[in-house]
Amino acid sequence: MTDNLLEGREDPARDSGYPQPPPRMGFFTDTSVCIGCKACEVACKEWNLIPDDGLSLLGMSYDNTGMLGADTWRHVAFIEQDRPLGRQNNAVALMPVGPSSAARNAQVVAAGLGDQHGARLGSETGATRLGPSPDGGPAQPVTADGRTELRWLMASDVCKHCTHAACLDVCPTGSLFRTEFGTVVVQEDICNGCGYCVPACPYGVIDQRKDDGRVWKCTLCYDRLSVGQEPACSKACPTDSIQFGPVDELRERAAHRVEQLHDAGVVEARLYGADPDDGVGGTGAFFLLLDEPEVYGFPPDPVVTTRDLPAMWRHAVIAAVGVAATALAAFAGARR
Amino acid sequence: MTAGPPSGTEVRRDGLHRVAPGRDALIGSRGGRRPGRGGEVVPPAEFRSYYGRAVIKPPVWKAHNIAGYLFLGGAAGGATLLAAGADLTGRPDMRRAARLVSAGATGLSLAVLIADLGKPERFVHMLRVVKPTSPMSIGTWLLSGLSPLVAVAALDEVSGLLPRRWADLVGRLARPSRLAATAIAPAVTTYTGALIANTAVPAWHGAYRELPYLFGASALAAAGGLVAAASPTSEAAPARIAGIAGSVAAQLLDRAVHRRLGMLAEPLTKGRSGRLLRASRWCAGAGIALLTASAVRRSRTLGVAGGLALAAESALTKFGYFHAGTASAADPKYTVVPQREHAPATPA
Repeated sequence: MTDNLLEGREDPARDSGYPQPPPRMGFFTDTSVCIGCKACEVACKEWNLIPDDGLSLLGMSYDNTGMLGADTWRHVAFIEQDRPLGRQNNAVALMPVGPSSAARNAQVVAAGLGDQHGARLGSETGATRLGPSPDGGPAQPVTADGRTELRWLMASDVCKHCTHAACLDVCPTGSLFRTEFGTVVVQEDICNGCGYCVPACPYGVIDQRKDDGRVWKCTLCYDRLSVGQEPACSKACPTDSIQFGPVDELRERAAHRVEQLHDAGVVEARLYGADPDDGVGGTGAFFLLLDEPEVYGFPPDPVVTTRDLPAMWRHAVIAAVGVAATALAAFAGARR
Repeated sequence: MTAGPPSGTEVRRDGLHRVAPGRDALIGSRGGRRPGRGGEVVPPAEFRSYYGRAVIKPPVWKAHNIAGYLFLGGAAGGATLLAAGADLTGRPDMRRAARLVSAGATGLSLAVLIADLGKPERFVHMLRVVKPTSPMSIGTWLLSGLSPLVAVAALDEVSGLLPRRWADLVGRLARPSRLAATAIAPAVTTYTGALIANTAVPAWHGAYRELPYLFGASALAAAGGLVAAASPTSEAAPARIAGIAGSVAAQLLDRAVHRRLGMLAEPLTKGRSGRLLRASRWCAGAGIALLTASAVRRSRTLGVAGGLALAAESALTKFGYFHAGTASAADPKYTVVPQREHAPATPA
């Protein structure tokens, strides 16, 4: 056992007491080749027999899943932006109003919906015939040839399987445990629904299922890994945006991929979670992103809360002594 | 791109098979645009987020259970200490009041904590492990240790109502359990600060240095207030002093938290938590004034009113901090902006 279990560079499986663990396994999610097909979401649901999470239209581009939760272990985010992708001029020609993220688009949609706008949601509004732009002009911003610019970011989010996992640290029952593959898994027969892990996760991944009170999250398909199979989501991914393998190998491949993209002019490509010196000791599932992490709903610089736990215990003990001393002083100071 | 197999690459134990053709597609490499020109006309807002959605998950705890426990557990621990002091200094009426408050609050604490699990029988899973990295685990053991001890102390006060054999047993157990309870009680008042600080909730984690002290002080205010309200004025002086000292310290520590948190203190001042914490300040002032007056005038009525005001102050503080934490978790601003200040530099 080492004395920096709560932070620093560690081999999580060996640190948890596995004498000869297999290599640490994880995901490298290369969002630059994600096409937003959601095959990962579907494969995950089917393999893990996850209940449905409601049929709702959220008005967030093509994302009607929203975010990770007890019944969503893979979530594909869609972000529309008025900027080009690398050197590519993928401007939208002949579109009256520009991409749906533009304010102009919202005005035109509102005009098409008439008085009903905002009163009804999603499919209830039915088909709407959009008129031309109110002032007849194309949407801003436009390029020199009068076309709007557009890029579409898509990313499949998942549990990060942190090196220093707050959910695992704070679990009071030992339901959450570290597998021999260095991943973090909930034992559903042990979880008692205390809910402590939910606000402890710096990524907002693990969540409580309302009807049974217990928490659920991605297991990195522990059952499939145990028999030498790859997880359902990466198996289903048609573009290999989700790549599965030993974390060391994935980190190497990811670093190479970032270089490749920088050379191709996609200077905004960056890795997220691949640095073993970050606040959670690096994640087992990490990402290649094309914008800042918060744009995808990720925390920009997450820190495992238990890094500060030794200090918290110290303060709690000093405070307890202070409470006892104050009570003592109250009796000493009280005259009959 | 050739017509590839229907699925992506297969990862098997003996390596990769059927590597997907588009795996290393060089997105954005076609066309003649100069790199790094950028197309954003609108300057980035103060902070960015994914459609304004929360980054972390707010606590799923029910406020009346968990904020209620933050109050009850503190009152239980504080009252246990006051009971021991009253016993040692020969204040039988105050001792009885303090023991009943401590047993009652401990029982209610267990009740609300178990209620929040949804299924009561799941509570036993808490007792599988002792885990210092989980303040909830340590707290469960503290509370599980405290409850039988304070129960025995409370039974000792009402031993006249028990059958003879039981009364004898309780009488023999009373002294050792009182000592053990006194040893555990101070930790019960402060560990809850570490419990909620040990999360990713911005307003709670940001205040991890102050919360144990604040909760301990608030626990003394609650216990002092309740015991002062339930004891005769002539005996209640230590309870009054403890309550007033706790209340003053809690208000000072609350200010310290506001200073420490800076922009993160916003949820403590706005909305429901802002109202609760403002009310707690009023209750603190009223409670201190009433208890002082009750000591001067030897008035039991003023003592009861002042004691209850201090207990209300403590409850309002705990509920205020609970709701502020939830609000700070639900708004991505409080997660993104502080982290952005020390996040790695952005390429491009």
